[in-house]
Amino acid sequence: MNALYLRRRITNALAMLLSTLATLVGLAFLAWILWETLRQGISALDLKLFTKITAYGEDGGLANAMVGSLIINFVGIAIATPIGVLAGTWLAEYANRTKLGESIRFLNDILLSAPSIVMGLFVYTIIVLPSTALTNGSTTFSGFAGGVALALIALPVIVRTTDEMLRLVPATLREAALSLGVPQWKLTVQVLIRAARSGIVTGVLLALARISGETAPLLFTAFGNNFMAINPMEKMSSLPQIIYQYANDPGESMHALAWAGAFVITMFVLLLSLVSRLILSRTKVSHD
Amino acid sequence: MSIASSTDILEQRTRRDARHERLFRWLLKGCALIVLAALLGAAGATLWGGREAFATFGWHFLISSEWDPGNDVYGALVPVYGTLATSFIALLIAVPISFGIALYLSEVAPAWLRTPVASAIELLAGIPSIIYGMWGLFIFAPFFAEHLKPWLTNNLGNKPDDGQLSWVAEHVPVVGKLFGSDYPFGASILVAGIVLAIMVIPFISSVMREVFQTVPTPLKESAYALGSSTWEVAWNIVLPYTRSAVIGGIFLGLGRALGETMAVTFVLGNSMRLSSSLLDPGTSIASAIANQFSEAVGLQKSALMALAFLLFVVTFIVLLIARLMLRRLASKEGR
Repeated sequence: MNALYLRRRITNALAMLLSTLATLVGLAFLAWILWETLRQGISALDLKLFTKITAYGEDGGLANAMVGSLIINFVGIAIATPIGVLAGTWLAEYANRTKLGESIRFLNDILLSAPSIVMGLFVYTIIVLPSTALTNGSTTFSGFAGGVALALIALPVIVRTTDEMLRLVPATLREAALSLGVPQWKLTVQVLIRAARSGIVTGVLLALARISGETAPLLFTAFGNNFMAINPMEKMSSLPQIIYQYANDPGESMHALAWAGAFVITMFVLLLSLVSRLILSRTKVSHD
Repeated sequence: MSIASSTDILEQRTRRDARHERLFRWLLKGCALIVLAALLGAAGATLWGGREAFATFGWHFLISSEWDPGNDVYGALVPVYGTLATSFIALLIAVPISFGIALYLSEVAPAWLRTPVASAIELLAGIPSIIYGMWGLFIFAPFFAEHLKPWLTNNLGNKPDDGQLSWVAEHVPVVGKLFGSDYPFGASILVAGIVLAIMVIPFISSVMREVFQTVPTPLKESAYALGSSTWEVAWNIVLPYTRSAVIGGIFLGLGRALGETMAVTFVLGNSMRLSSSLLDPGTSIASAIANQFSEAVGLQKSALMALAFLLFVVTFIVLLIARLMLRRLASKEGR
């Protein structure tokens, strides 16, 4: 065995070792973060989390934050889904090779990772400030504004998956429908979107998973509210916002509540990504 | 039914279809333009909100480290430095680890292990950033302050416990300043960088893994046939072939790191004072906005908006480069 060969062998073994180590480091951090969230979250779980509101402080629960999160997420998804699906359809079916289509697809990818706090400030400027001015200050921050901010974050996710899923639909399906004399809009709505339905649903679920942990865009839009708010025109609390507030509180029992909230959100997000993965794998099987 | 009326019906129907088609097209296009409007709107709204600060301080805003709400004087240097420093540390840690993970998953790991490990790493990407922040604040920062920080200040810093300069601080020019600190807590620029690194690892590694898989097998097999080792194939064949996309993936991670709010706000310590040490608390653009915006009025609010505009422009440029780089490989493949 000559020296060069030996050196190459050692370099290779070292690289293999380091790459395995890198993977172990990544997995170790995942395990550490999940373990702490589970441990601290489960020990703080209590029925009062779901029955009492945050106004009671450390004796209270997170009921209003959970309801608020549901409402704000619902508003966000309800706004982003139709717009996102239609925009994605336009990119895939009408503007696939055009200049405008390509640029919007490109910019959508940028919007996908744009800083969410800037989106919050954007919605603050276009919704919170005008509504404050128009109602003389009686409507300022609102759950609706929070929903719009989250919609801006969900939108690119939905646009992208719809676009990708529609482009996967086989061309023969289009040709078959067109040869029967079906107008293109009917083809799009009744054939293509239906064929790509499960993929589009996956995109919406992924978008929901993405926005349900978002905190930064809600700070200056939904703001927070220690009481139960159902009306989306009022200030509204949300789980991430209450976690942020409680984690920065000096009280230990507030930290426990924050961990409980973190646990609920993490479980929700993991469940969503599991479900969307299942849907996606099932459709892959049916296509083969 | 006469022939004339049936052609009438046909013509009516054609016309109706054409009208619906036009409407449908406009509706779709309108929705797609909302994406454009969101980007332009975000840039426009923050620029508009920050106009007062830009007009008052001019270029001085960018280079001044003063942030004094009492005297209404604001400069962007401290938060800009915090954003850049934390993102840079994050990349310094995340890039080699991500490369290792991508290499492991595409070349080293046995086939049955690849999918589960890749899914687990992707799981890391799905965890909301506020969970990273909480973990950083309650678990990692105390751990860091207790176990890692004393070692760093004693061996590398210029302010160790015994009051003596460490060997490194005496002999290497900058390092001592970077690691000297008499601040007792964990929250600091370095910890924020580490938490950010953990956050962006799944993004960078999944892009790298994906592009590594696009390398044509004959290319790799030829190198193996010439006697290359796995590492030599990875370093001399796979990496050069995918270079632009790998850089794109890194920039994608950078874009994420620059704009991240919650994960860093918790562990940055929120101090508006400029410090040379990485172990001292600092602030970033996003965390300064998150911490101060709701209480800010007048010029301070405008200065925060101006910061948001800077952040948006910088991340836009970084993400633009990322996407262009990623696209280069795609076009090479003829996609």
